[in-house]
Amino acid sequence: MSSEEVAAGAEIKAVPIRHPGRWIAAAVIAVLAAMLVHSFVTNDNFGWSYFSQYGFTAPILHGVAITLELTAAAMAIGIAGGVVLAIMRLSPNPMLSSVSWVYVWLFRGTPVLVQILLWYNLSYLYPHLSLGIPFGPTFVTADTNDVISALTAGILALGLNEAAYMAEIVRAGILSVDAGQSEAAAALGMTRGLVMRRIVLPQSMRVIIPPTGNETISMLKTSALVSTIAVAELLQQTQGIINRTYATVPLLLMASLWYLAMTSILTVGQYYLERHYRRGSGFSGPDQTLPGRLWHAIRYIRPGNEQAALLSTGSEHQR
Amino acid sequence: MSDTPMVRAVGVRKRFGVNEVLKGIHLEVGHGEVMCVIGPSGSGKSTLLRCINHLEKINAGRLEVDGELVGYAERNGKLHELHDRVVARKRAEIGMVFQHFNLFPHMTVLGNIIEAPCRVKGVPRDQAVAKARSLLAQVGLEGREESYPRQLSGGQQQRVAIARALAMEPKLMLFDEPTSALDPELVGEVLAVMRDLAKSGMTMLVVTHEMGFAREVGDKLVFMDEGVVVEAGAPRDVIATPQHERTRAFLSKVL
Repeated sequence: MSSEEVAAGAEIKAVPIRHPGRWIAAAVIAVLAAMLVHSFVTNDNFGWSYFSQYGFTAPILHGVAITLELTAAAMAIGIAGGVVLAIMRLSPNPMLSSVSWVYVWLFRGTPVLVQILLWYNLSYLYPHLSLGIPFGPTFVTADTNDVISALTAGILALGLNEAAYMAEIVRAGILSVDAGQSEAAAALGMTRGLVMRRIVLPQSMRVIIPPTGNETISMLKTSALVSTIAVAELLQQTQGIINRTYATVPLLLMASLWYLAMTSILTVGQYYLERHYRRGSGFSGPDQTLPGRLWHAIRYIRPGNEQAALLSTGSEHQR
Repeated sequence: MSDTPMVRAVGVRKRFGVNEVLKGIHLEVGHGEVMCVIGPSGSGKSTLLRCINHLEKINAGRLEVDGELVGYAERNGKLHELHDRVVARKRAEIGMVFQHFNLFPHMTVLGNIIEAPCRVKGVPRDQAVAKARSLLAQVGLEGREESYPRQLSGGQQQRVAIARALAMEPKLMLFDEPTSALDPELVGEVLAVMRDLAKSGMTMLVVTHEMGFAREVGDKLVFMDEGVVVEAGAPRDVIATPQHERTRAFLSKVL
């Protein structure tokens, strides 16, 4: 750059660093991908015909609906329970705090599959459930198996297990809020409950939301475990077809594609939620994966906005 | 009643573990009086302020606000701890302004100011909003109702924090180093608001390093060091002719 150019405020045009490693990686991956696609097309064992034959049949669609229902219900219990447990854990009341600790210890310390089986078999321990005065008369009594169906057992097991994990997430969120916030609120005469509800919890969302998205995606897949207690969710329904057709691998792959489709939608939702709650809190680095960059470029390259797109993907020198 | 002081501390002691921060504080703030508290960091000034609205519990001595014991009720010569709700109600009558403002970042300026009046005192919303607008005018921030705290400068944030405290119509205002976290050019606007407040007759207890403010606005000046009141008196006297060696040493550093 000449000194005249510097004086004139010309933009720097430097020779960019070359990245041969990226090209080598691209070549290797391209070859591997080609091999994989080739095998998809030529290997009949994949049984692609099963995908179109069964992928959108009533049992599978029903299974998808049940899986979504399980996920939504279990997460609702998990989030509500998690908030309650976290507030109990941080309460000055030693009994509440201890109960919360024991709950998390118990539900996080045993396999969720075992918990599912235990809830399903609750009638072995308690054949009847009744409502009444402790050690006194009872008003209503019902058969445990009537009250707790397989689906209910599944939702309870997944939800109560999730509550233990959510409790830790919510607790971390609450603790992330500056102590000065509660102090200022207390100095204004707000009670503990009011401070928590109006000041602390809303601010803890920024920390709570991203891992909760993760938990939801994880729950969607974990819900496949309740196929062990014959709940008609996606995996159970798939296995029903497998039992008739013996096309085990193609149909499992088909179920996987369904799970992948559902988690993909959740991932997109999580991206927007996280962006919303991260607003105004410093660094949000660009996604460096190729789909991430592409997505960003598509969204931001509009007439007059090219510069912003290039700057934020940071890729202007790599062409 | 008017001869009971607004704040009365008799032999107030406060320990954090084995570390005694207040070692027998005696002081009185009269109604409508402005008392400034100065002293080196770690002298217990902020702790004293936090004890007055029971954000900290004292370990010994008596602390009264407007003739009522802080944090306890006295019945038959015995002290009974007050329920959280009663403590909260008493705190609502005392405004506090913090060094780091502590505005609620998820609420607008207006939301910050009307939150406590609406939720704690049950003031109808439109009434609280009207009051908030007049308070914002009082601190020179009319038209900023819809801003969020992070969009304001430090001085503006602190003025909102003062308005937020005033919205509860407190009988006593506590200021904990209100200008210490501000850029020098923003200190003046906050002190001006405090000066107006003092003129309006508000009882104020101000922990500060602003000697000019203490001299011009304060009715009393207290110098604290290592958990005791070393010297107290009219600001001009204490600043011009300090009686204690420790006061002299401190003043020589800050003036």
